[in-house]
Amino acid sequence: MTARIGVVTFPGTLDDQDALRAARLAGAEPVSLWHRDKDLKQVDAVVLAGGFSYGDYLRAGAISRFSPVMETIIEQAKAGMPVLGICNGFQILTEAHLLPGAMLRNNHLHFICRDQKLRVENAGTAWTSDYEQGQEIQVPLKNMDGRYVADERTLDELEAEGRVAFRYLDMNPNGSLRDIAGITNEAGNVVGLMPHPEHAVEPLVGTGRTDGLGFFTSILKKLVTA
Amino acid sequence: MTLDTVKHAAETPDVSQPWKELGLKEDEYARIREILGRRPTGAELAMYSVMWSEHCSYKSSKVHLKQFGEKAPESDALLVGIGENAGVVDVGQGYAVTFKVESHNHPSYIEPYQGAATGVGGIVRDILAMGARPVAVMDPLRFGAADHPDTKRVLPGVVAGIGGYGNCLGLPNIGGEVVFDSCYQGNPLVNALCVGVMKHEDIHLAKASGAGNKVILYGARTGGDGIGGVSVLASETFDSTGPSRRPAVQVGDPFQEKLLIECTLEIFRENLVDGIQDLGGAGLSCATSELASAGSGGMRVELDRVHLRDATLSPEEILMSESQERMCAIVEPDKVERFLEICEKWDVIATVIGEVTEGSQLEIFWHGEQIVDVPPRTVAHEGPVYHRPYERPSWQDALQADDANKLPRPATSDELKQQVLKLVASPNQASKSWITDQYDRFVQGNTILAQPEDSGMVRIDEESNLGVAVATDGNGRYAKLDPYAGAQLALAESYRNVAASGAKPLAISNCLNFGSPEDPAVMWQFAEATRGLADGCLELGTPVTGGNVSLYNQTGETAIHPTPVVAVLGVIDDVTRRTPMAFSEEGQLLYLLGETREEFGGSAWSQVVHDHLGGLPPQVDLEREKLLAEILIAGSRDGMIDAAHDLSDGGLIQAVTESCLRGGRGARLVVPDGLDAFTFLFSESAGRAVVAVPRSEELRFTDMCGARGLPAVRIGVIDGDAVEVQGEFSIALSELREAHEATIPGLLA
Repeated sequence: MTARIGVVTFPGTLDDQDALRAARLAGAEPVSLWHRDKDLKQVDAVVLAGGFSYGDYLRAGAISRFSPVMETIIEQAKAGMPVLGICNGFQILTEAHLLPGAMLRNNHLHFICRDQKLRVENAGTAWTSDYEQGQEIQVPLKNMDGRYVADERTLDELEAEGRVAFRYLDMNPNGSLRDIAGITNEAGNVVGLMPHPEHAVEPLVGTGRTDGLGFFTSILKKLVTA
Repeated sequence: MTLDTVKHAAETPDVSQPWKELGLKEDEYARIREILGRRPTGAELAMYSVMWSEHCSYKSSKVHLKQFGEKAPESDALLVGIGENAGVVDVGQGYAVTFKVESHNHPSYIEPYQGAATGVGGIVRDILAMGARPVAVMDPLRFGAADHPDTKRVLPGVVAGIGGYGNCLGLPNIGGEVVFDSCYQGNPLVNALCVGVMKHEDIHLAKASGAGNKVILYGARTGGDGIGGVSVLASETFDSTGPSRRPAVQVGDPFQEKLLIECTLEIFRENLVDGIQDLGGAGLSCATSELASAGSGGMRVELDRVHLRDATLSPEEILMSESQERMCAIVEPDKVERFLEICEKWDVIATVIGEVTEGSQLEIFWHGEQIVDVPPRTVAHEGPVYHRPYERPSWQDALQADDANKLPRPATSDELKQQVLKLVASPNQASKSWITDQYDRFVQGNTILAQPEDSGMVRIDEESNLGVAVATDGNGRYAKLDPYAGAQLALAESYRNVAASGAKPLAISNCLNFGSPEDPAVMWQFAEATRGLADGCLELGTPVTGGNVSLYNQTGETAIHPTPVVAVLGVIDDVTRRTPMAFSEEGQLLYLLGETREEFGGSAWSQVVHDHLGGLPPQVDLEREKLLAEILIAGSRDGMIDAAHDLSDGGLIQAVTESCLRGGRGARLVVPDGLDAFTFLFSESAGRAVVAVPRSEELRFTDMCGARGLPAVRIGVIDGDAVEVQGEFSIALSELREAHEATIPGLLA
């Protein structure tokens, strides 16, 4: 048996096909979810993919957070269902208060697309168990609003509880505080990050690396052995 | 104000009309009156004025563009040719690919962000209208001098606009060009290309047939933006003292376009449309008249049903508005309900605005009163045709006599080294990653190669690994020296770039950027360039599938360099065999393919070191280009070459520098017998490439080149962390990288 991984399509979602492909390549059964449906089609985990949902109007992720599908996802995530938010998906998770903090415009004010080095700071979450603690990986990064911010107390808490999941290495591409690229909730089932692991799953395309596949194999192992 | 109905127009023949303000010439206005047998209504005048503009009617260029059809090579790859929204090429396995390059030059100078953004939007809708899913974009760009203050206004805006729009559509940006030259100071060239993929049976055409079928306008609401964009902006020379033209530039909403793409693709999947056309330049005037003109019957439109962003718009303004993100479809009555359901699913506004009729006229009504009654062909396809006078300019001989081969050359090895460093750091030769890193090249997960590779390549089938490659090239300096040869050199370079990455060139699209057609010297450049391109395509066997002409790129009396930009599309059966440009394996052998002559006319070296433009461009030998391409493709397919990079502006040293930096490896080079180091490094002879050959394949590779008669000379080896030219100089990769990568951020960041 395998696990069903759902990928939500909001109006303006761009990387949904990539996330579905990544789930498939990892051996899971990919399932498309639609923003207007509250029904999650019995998926075991959900990926909120990158893009510009609702045109990033108001703020990135601010409108999606109120969509019918998010009502169920928020409820289920609180009950322990694994949720991964990539880029715009991470923005939606912070807007939904499933993760703390917020994303501001990159400090250099430009969109940036690059092959980014990261360190896995927490290999104990539902989405990172296939990595080694401290492992360095390289995956594409592409965003306009990727500067992670939170107040000092929240940042200190995140650090103390090991909830900084990924940190930028070599260069901080957007001015994120403490080089934070991704974080997890306390339970470790909800993870959000700005870089795009779903774009690094095949040796042939993109940067030619497969460092991102671990996100999808991690969750699959967890779900199948659970 | 009373409505200017058809009846009213017939009764008031002497009313004075603003034909001149709308960009029409006196004889054109007279012809409209002759066609209609009365004066046009205000709405009709609006339609004719935009559709007969240079931009839409190709009235100055048509007589020359005919050659692309007349001299078309035999090709069984072409499924749809010139005249539709974009040409369609058969790439095998049941797939068809459509691609086209278009200009958005004038709007981008006035309002760089929106001008460039809507350029992307427009070309993407053209591709979508053919029935294809857009899969990649590219942007050939040209700006004024890199250090000119206005470049700092225009370039960042253009780049942000392309990124802001393209990134939101989820289309990888996989290539293009950025060129600086003071000739583009008041006239930046912002060309945009899109590639789309479909199955053969999914091809759609822009025609309205079948009386009773419904005309549905869907997408964004119509607003007051971009009114007269094509007639006012794209078809006149700028006068810097004139009033601001900003209201003629459209404003884009990429989110709306993304919904339009997904909505339209779902509509195609359910086979709900008979004909379809996007709304771009000339808006509804263009879509309704072209659909009706290409179809079998007439069309009746209730213009007051159009959803408006601004309720005060007049019928003339609605017809001329170039509001973005709109499409027009012809739908059978029993499919309308499902069509509207899909639009609702994607939150896209859709309205039935009319139907196809049995008559022959395009009739438009406003609250029941008729305001347009025209034969659609006279609007869309039978516009004026000009045989503009052309003449070889008086200065051409002197320009060609000013021989670049006679310029002083470096006298010492150290001077040679300094010139190499100066070349690779010059704005045109420097790394453009500061620009291209603002575009998403990864989205859709099918990008095999992207800039700075020789061509952009995407996988189109995950099972079979079928892929397509596209490259765009143009060299205005070559074309200024000799427009005929310059156009062929652009074609040859683009063709070579596609082959260098391992794909077989199949067909081309072009964007012809020139000055004012009212200047006989410019018209001569245009005539020569089109003749050169048509002859070249015939020789290479690559048909022209379509393209775009942008004229009036001049400020006052000064025209830009004639700049034909050529996009070549190629196919590769197995993308795992693609050839990257990076030199990444120590010990592999470097071979220079082709012949190197003393050719410096129009070269990057003559520009960077001497600020010179004169002499003749490199010789063109298209038979040689074909042979080189065959060798590159065979070498890639059979695993004989691991890396390849075409030689063009900047010559061998530029190519080697780029490939070394890309792979993070150095190279030791030896000047071959019969060449001096300077010519070896800087000559821009065409028909050449440098390849990296694994030692185990050397014999097989040189045997193949020998048997086919392609000169191939071993020039060195991939080794170390410097680029060394034996007996001359050595430059550390770190120094080359600093020189190559610091320039553009230094000027623009």
